[in-house]
Amino acid sequence: MTPFEQTALAVLLLSSVLCLFRIGRGPTAPDRTVAIDILGTLIVGFCCIMALLTGQEYYMNIAIAWALISFVGTLALAKYLEGRHYDA
Amino acid sequence: MLETACYWVIGIGLVFDLFGCIGLIRLPDVYNRAQAATKCVTLGTCMILLGVAGLGFGRADWPMGVKAVICAVFILLTNPVAAHAICRGAYLSGVKLWEGSVEDAFADRARDLRDRQTEEGLVSHEETETP
Amino acid sequence: MKWLMCLLSVFALWMLLFWSLDPWVLGTGAFFALLVGTLLGDIFPDRLEKLLDPRRWLFLMIYLPFFFWCCVRANLDVALRVIHPDVPIRPGIVKVRTTLRGEMAKTFLANSITLTPGTLTVDIDGQDLYIHWININTDDVRRRTEEICGRFEPLLRRIFE
Repeated sequence: MTPFEQTALAVLLLSSVLCLFRIGRGPTAPDRTVAIDILGTLIVGFCCIMALLTGQEYYMNIAIAWALISFVGTLALAKYLEGRHYDA
Repeated sequence: MLETACYWVIGIGLVFDLFGCIGLIRLPDVYNRAQAATKCVTLGTCMILLGVAGLGFGRADWPMGVKAVICAVFILLTNPVAAHAICRGAYLSGVKLWEGSVEDAFADRARDLRDRQTEEGLVSHEETETP
Repeated sequence: MKWLMCLLSVFALWMLLFWSLDPWVLGTGAFFALLVGTLLGDIFPDRLEKLLDPRRWLFLMIYLPFFFWCCVRANLDVALRVIHPDVPIRPGIVKVRTTLRGEMAKTFLANSITLTPGTLTVDIDGQDLYIHWININTDDVRRRTEEICGRFEPLLRRIFE
């Protein structure tokens, strides 16, 4: 593990901790939803750094799948907040 | 040369990610937080992905580069949509703007939308209204 | 026609993700492309002959660097506001009208607005866009419209309409 990769993982970890703080403290449900969405995007970043670190390209598959699933999950949460049925 | 440039791009992306998350903590209400976090984290993660793609192409590791580019396109297309959906949902679920806000042009439209929902019997907002 | 375009794009994405010409990959790719094309072909955007016009691609190539530059400026703007000790914001939701008509063009306009300095699209109603603006600096409707969507409209109209 090179110093660059160590720093990168540390920065991403710090960002994730800030996100988790907002998920825990967020005064309203939408605050938490935003933080969860952002956390999903940060995890894609984690996967990239892991792909660099190990040289294995299958981490990119995880990144793509995570990006798509986190998007669908966020849309479902947003519709729930809006108070609509899921097929509307 | 290409490798150094890619590492710089990744580094700048990481810094943007961090700023986005600081914004998530420091700004006062959902809309501002969504705004700061979406912008910074989308561009930050895209830059990380593009840096990884550049490194992959540099090492002639084509699958990694192509997947990173596809993932960057996905993120660039989906994240703004998610932020828009959350903000609309937040407004319709009754989250107020920050008290320092100067204007609110969405109030009328939101009232119409809620009335339409109540008419259709999808939801009664009297029950779900937060105090 | 739409069915064929959907099928071809799904198959191209599949081949890019697998990056091999193994017969098994080709076979399963063809099967899933057929499945997805049959199920979802009719929600694919129509008027696909526009894709063949090279001028649209040229304008797209002009649009992308411009958009990237706006993104970077937006990020620096947000970063400055966030690390400033007393968080200088003046937020609110404003309403602007766009002159774009196509669904695709409006979608891209909304996404571009979300990723550029200080603005986030909350809702679209016909030609009206409701925008959450982090720092409202003018009361004049025309200047607002100019500042929020004036930059992108000419290029997007040439690309999508």
